[in-house]
Amino acid sequence: MKFSVFISPKAIRSKLAASTKEGVISEMVDALVEAGEVKEADRGDIIKAIMKREELGSTGIGRGVAVPHTKHASVEKLVGTVGISESGLDFDSLDGQDASLFFLLVSPPDRPGDHLRALENISRQLRDDSFCRLLRQSKTSDDILQLLDEADSSQFGS
Amino acid sequence: MKQTAVNSVLSIDSRMSSAIQHSLVVVKNAEGLHMRPADKLVRAASTFQCQIELERAGQVADCRSILSLLTLGATEGSELILRAQGPDAELAIRTICHLFENQFEETTAS
Repeated sequence: MKFSVFISPKAIRSKLAASTKEGVISEMVDALVEAGEVKEADRGDIIKAIMKREELGSTGIGRGVAVPHTKHASVEKLVGTVGISESGLDFDSLDGQDASLFFLLVSPPDRPGDHLRALENISRQLRDDSFCRLLRQSKTSDDILQLLDEADSSQFGS
Repeated sequence: MKQTAVNSVLSIDSRMSSAIQHSLVVVKNAEGLHMRPADKLVRAASTFQCQIELERAGQVADCRSILSLLTLGATEGSELILRAQGPDAELAIRTICHLFENQFEETTAS
């Protein structure tokens, strides 16, 4: 599933300010609210659900990347955003390293296939060193968006 | 001559220990091989010395890498070929088949 299908351009954040796991998650959910992808009224519940999922095991999957996610009945389709933390932060990642690249996903409870296909795309791109490097070097939301578009046109990975 | 005999024993040993074990596994989790089962699989695979791979429709993933496993996009019902090569390959196959069989001990969906 291409990034353009589930990443909300308006919710992309190239400079996350938060320095804690919950802070980053809140900041990215706020970005989805501001972009009109999730309702303000559901903000707190979505953050809580994502934190609860983190308790089952960190979604920090290594290489400085984390994919915090949850299902939530308030969304009709999979929505997601990308955020970068310049300094990186402790996300209890599997490899013990700080996370600096974040993909946050909120999916409808009845669409596990879409979630899996989004994860498939994210992980395939992240295995590509140049994609990771360019993503880390992105200074603006437009830089990130352009990189995602290029990835969608199969200019990275296999 | 003596040297040759030793070499041939060594080569038989190395052939035996590198025999590839394989099995067909099916993803039974309703949500497919998503992040949590993939994480469990990596943790299990990392306890063995052998190399362990999963193949889906010609695509091969390293069972020690969660990023690699997630690229398979293995939905419920996907049939995968599990392969292991190394000294403890047989036990690795048995252990991992069991994980697929009991749905990676997932009871609740989230």
